[in-house]
Amino acid sequence: MSERRIGKTANEAFAEAMRQINPDVVAAYPITPATEIVQIFSQFVADGKVDTEFVPVESEHSAMSAVIGASLAGARAMTATSSQGLALMWEVLNIASGLRLPIIMPMVNRSLSAPINIHCDHSDSMGARDTGWIQIFSESVQESYDNLLQAVRIAEEMFLPVMVTTDGFILSHCLELIESLSDKEVKEFIGKYQPKNFLLDIEHPITIGALDLQDYYFEHKRQEAEAMIKSKEVILKVGEEFGEKFGRNYRFFEDYKISDSEVAIVVMGSTAGTAKTVVDQLREEGIKAGLLKLRVFRPFPAKELKEVLKNVKAIAILDRSDSFNAVSGPLFSEIRNVLYDLEERPKIVDYIYGLGGRDIGLKEIRGIYQELEEIKKTNKIKTLVQYLGVRE
Amino acid sequence: MASLKELSEKKDLFVSGHRLCPGCGAGIVARQVLLAAKTPVVVVASTGCLEVASTIFPYSAWAVPWFHNAFENAASSVSGVEAAYKSLKKQGRIKKDIRFIAFGGDGGTYDIGLQALSGAVERGHRFLYICYNNQAYMNTGIQRSSATPRGASTTTAPAGTVSQGKVQFQKDLIGIMVAHQIPYAAAATVGKWNDFMSKVEKALDTDGPSFIDVLSPCRLGWRYPPEKTLEVGRLAADTCFWPLYEVVNGKYSLSYRPKEKKPITEWLKLQGRFKHLFKPENKSLLEDIQNHIDKRWEKLLKVASC
Repeated sequence: MSERRIGKTANEAFAEAMRQINPDVVAAYPITPATEIVQIFSQFVADGKVDTEFVPVESEHSAMSAVIGASLAGARAMTATSSQGLALMWEVLNIASGLRLPIIMPMVNRSLSAPINIHCDHSDSMGARDTGWIQIFSESVQESYDNLLQAVRIAEEMFLPVMVTTDGFILSHCLELIESLSDKEVKEFIGKYQPKNFLLDIEHPITIGALDLQDYYFEHKRQEAEAMIKSKEVILKVGEEFGEKFGRNYRFFEDYKISDSEVAIVVMGSTAGTAKTVVDQLREEGIKAGLLKLRVFRPFPAKELKEVLKNVKAIAILDRSDSFNAVSGPLFSEIRNVLYDLEERPKIVDYIYGLGGRDIGLKEIRGIYQELEEIKKTNKIKTLVQYLGVRE
Repeated sequence: MASLKELSEKKDLFVSGHRLCPGCGAGIVARQVLLAAKTPVVVVASTGCLEVASTIFPYSAWAVPWFHNAFENAASSVSGVEAAYKSLKKQGRIKKDIRFIAFGGDGGTYDIGLQALSGAVERGHRFLYICYNNQAYMNTGIQRSSATPRGASTTTAPAGTVSQGKVQFQKDLIGIMVAHQIPYAAAATVGKWNDFMSKVEKALDTDGPSFIDVLSPCRLGWRYPPEKTLEVGRLAADTCFWPLYEVVNGKYSLSYRPKEKKPITEWLKLQGRFKHLFKPENKSLLEDIQNHIDKRWEKLLKVASC
């Protein structure tokens, strides 16, 4: 294995992965905190280090529209965005998945306006959760890099678009020592893109994006749903192959000391790192604490989550966004739904945290485990949903 | 430009079986554009009448590669297709010369798609954008657009007891395109096939973005009998309501000068959408419309060579 250890931020790692992927077309628009990705990539284009045709579009809506056009034309196509940019893309995100296009997109998590805020939370991703995109979350810069490379394989095997997220500023701008792959390794791992039906195949004209009425639309959407179900196998297969080749295994989630745990936290993104430290400390103190870091949010690995969480006594979900549904955060709703089928259900509570980049530290997470211990002992939940560290 | 005989022997690439209205201008536009193309083309469509009526799954009236994305993004979508072509050609993965054509109605072009069009033209992609301009949102049921002329009654700017239809004049989109330093822009009309198809040929030969605003009469929204489409299209040019001209690298030239400039009322009276203008109390509005046309025509004559 010819791995190289280099210092990179997640933005730099995404850009580096994009250079190695060498997409045929990239169309993108700058947005904090994702701007650097396309900035660095533009320099690769300017220096002739990639074959990519770079389209500096005038908005994110046009970025996704152009990438859809490029993908349909037969190209391997990518873009990158964050927050308001993803929100502006929303209409066409659905078209990318509905047309079954293997578009790959690094997405830097940032809160949504209003009020305007440029820092990390997962509201942007959650706004796109039902758009038919595969969504993979990253805990670290290393995972951001590895996930993006795997996304190419997953997207192109399933003909589904994939977004790989990283936490805004916390990872996007934070330097970490990562192990990168050689260009040759990446090239071999991702392989060549083979479009099935594409516009530039002039001899075989196709009509795509036709009006689909009551007689066919439903079947097409059912096929899309089936593709998302089938993508689970591919995600596991690609993660396993990546592990075999490069030594870092990837599955739907990482269960950290959870097999014998009585209290556990479920979390996505960089907060998992902080929580692992707390788990280690608690374990030394004799508390059976565990952690589940969800990596693949779409498709949602319901069956697998149920299996892992079923013996835990008390679970806290960490939601880095709010659904404003007067009930809970989105991750809580989905995990709680998973547990419904169990004969004996764990107690489960929700903590909405870190909105707009509000910091979360060891102390706050320790507090959550303490509360879980209390729930375990009393078998009673005092407050189902709490806003962590907010002044009210 | 091919002769009518040669054209009649060419294979149609926009074929029958579509569900456009009888007498629809847009179908004529699509057919003539594809007949004028000398190289293979890929077509990108904006949401609108032409799109919904020509590609009802599992049928398609398009014998060329065709793609519809959404309403406001025909220009950004075609940017991506063209970028893919450039990339794959550079890499030697595509050998043939292919041209790219985007179709949008006036809603998708003058209004909701203007930003995407501006961006694509500014970036200089090589594509032809055809605006089939029927002067309102016909697909959703005749709502006003910024291409709707003053005085026209539409469902969102209807003539009523205190209002006489749309208040504003239509905007000068070709002027906006020229301000982008577009290498080729032109105004054409349905009913002048030779002029239109020559312009399509020139546009496709242009190494960069090109734009044709083709007036496309809509028998339903303009309220005239379907057999009058070509007449209504020609009369728009003869009244100088819709002058036919080209702008090549910023230089204006007239493509057609009517022998006798007819009064605008000749054109307006054919169409039910202007019926209310002929009430005695709307005389001044008619004069206002005529004045506006005269001014625009004079302005055009000043900048255009013949």
